[in-house]
Amino acid sequence: MASVFTAPPLADNGPGYSFKQTPTTHISADGTRQHSFYPYTDNGGSTLGISGADFTILAGDTRSTSGYNINSRYVPKLFKIGGEGPEHTGSSIVLSVVGFAADGDALKERLDTVVKMYKYQHGKNMSVAACAQRLSHILYNKRFFPYYVHAILGGLDEEGKGALYSYDPVGSYEREQCRAAGAAASLIMPFLDNQVNYKNQYIPASGYGHDLQPRKAELLPRNTVEELVRDAFDSAVERHIEVGDGLQMMIITKDGIEEVYSPLKKD
Amino acid sequence: MPGFDFSNHNRNAALHAQGVPLPKATSTGTTIVGCLFDGGVVIAADTRATSGPIVADKNCEKLHYIAPQIWCAGAGTAADTEFTTALISSNLELHSLSTGRKPRVVTCMTLLKQHLFRYQGYIGAYLVVAGVDPTGSHLFTVHAHGSTDKLPYVTMGSGSLAAMSVFESSWKTGIDRDAAVKLCAEAIMAGIFNDLGSGSNVDVCVITADKTTLLRNYIKPNEREKKKRNYKFARGTTAVLNEKIITREQISKYITVHELEDETVTAAAEKMDVDT
Repeated sequence: MASVFTAPPLADNGPGYSFKQTPTTHISADGTRQHSFYPYTDNGGSTLGISGADFTILAGDTRSTSGYNINSRYVPKLFKIGGEGPEHTGSSIVLSVVGFAADGDALKERLDTVVKMYKYQHGKNMSVAACAQRLSHILYNKRFFPYYVHAILGGLDEEGKGALYSYDPVGSYEREQCRAAGAAASLIMPFLDNQVNYKNQYIPASGYGHDLQPRKAELLPRNTVEELVRDAFDSAVERHIEVGDGLQMMIITKDGIEEVYSPLKKD
Repeated sequence: MPGFDFSNHNRNAALHAQGVPLPKATSTGTTIVGCLFDGGVVIAADTRATSGPIVADKNCEKLHYIAPQIWCAGAGTAADTEFTTALISSNLELHSLSTGRKPRVVTCMTLLKQHLFRYQGYIGAYLVVAGVDPTGSHLFTVHAHGSTDKLPYVTMGSGSLAAMSVFESSWKTGIDRDAAVKLCAEAIMAGIFNDLGSGSNVDVCVITADKTTLLRNYIKPNEREKKKRNYKFARGTTAVLNEKIITREQISKYITVHELEDETVTAAAEKMDVDT
């Protein structure tokens, strides 16, 4: 995955991880004034997605922050895409967005309209693969004033298998088994590599030295994935100040989308 | 010569101009408070230490000893609060030995402000000084630049506004010991839950004319819940590429080897807090 925009821009003052947004005036030696303001804000939080044989799970915490403040303890980062009406009845695609919440909202609104228009014009539901590619195009269309978000799209593919796509802010995307995004991505992703794809795990006594066989990744059952998600977020809350308050999970199966909310630590 | 060595300043300025960022110090976010009551003073603090957005220590101690009847709550750069309080504690003890009197809180506050003013705010220590001496109970705040305040109730750190909101809505004149402890704990809790720089537990220290009581982890409102899964790896999961066995006889040539009394004891050193 392309690592464009992974590091926040260096702010002149305030906490280094938060974005500068106050309008400033810079007066140079010859007397010319340069006015500027930074249009982005980092609202913190983290999201995570894991796909299985016949399901996909997306999860995100519900805290919204700015600097050391909590804006709200319940601002969802998970959105149902498509389906009927404002309740998205019968929808089977979920979008998760983390980063700048206003951009996330705008992006979800755009994708939702596209998917609904597709059904209206073609009389059939949009496939996740098509939706995934369209999302990439929406992001790249704003290549030089990007949506400041890390998006993850989840659903079921045309064979009914779990499908998960992750994006960088300018539209580079990839289908993956699992992905963590947002503030605590660097804390959660290594845990997922080890526990979902069994990275750095070997089969005991399967060889000597370099001949030892690596443990093969397999598709995990639903309740195992739910437990991994819960443990990943509980741990992220312990060590990252911007993650907490509540955990929202959406489980996409052939029967539709199940939504589960559970509390997280509030400190 | 005493004091800091500034010989690396020019080198650091040059590196900074090239875009090398400053090293991150721990604990800028904190909630610390203090409150006077009839017959003594109480101070309290949260226990979270941060390095940027990462929690560096979930249960650190921000209540520092100065003298048996003088304690200090520290916010700001962790190392600065630690070393400044230790230095002033040492000087105050020498002063007390030389005069043959109990140290006074004003003396402590003056030593702190003069030390901090000399360093023009570069020593990032923000302190709440409290204690009882022969002249009565006292409560002060000392800022990194050297300014001080003397008030009946005080708050400091990134959670100071959240904590002060509790004092401003509930504080009354002439409250007793228990009410003061409760009020300070409530103020810290406001910081823990509403300020991202503060978190975990509440530490309290009560000082009266006849004794000092440190209530470490007075309230623990943020206990971690049990993990859903077991993350113990099967023996042999990690690849072993190379093996070398050093016997006790061989190592005894360089270090002293002690036999542990029973299987349950893993080390002779102090026990550490570890997630299970």
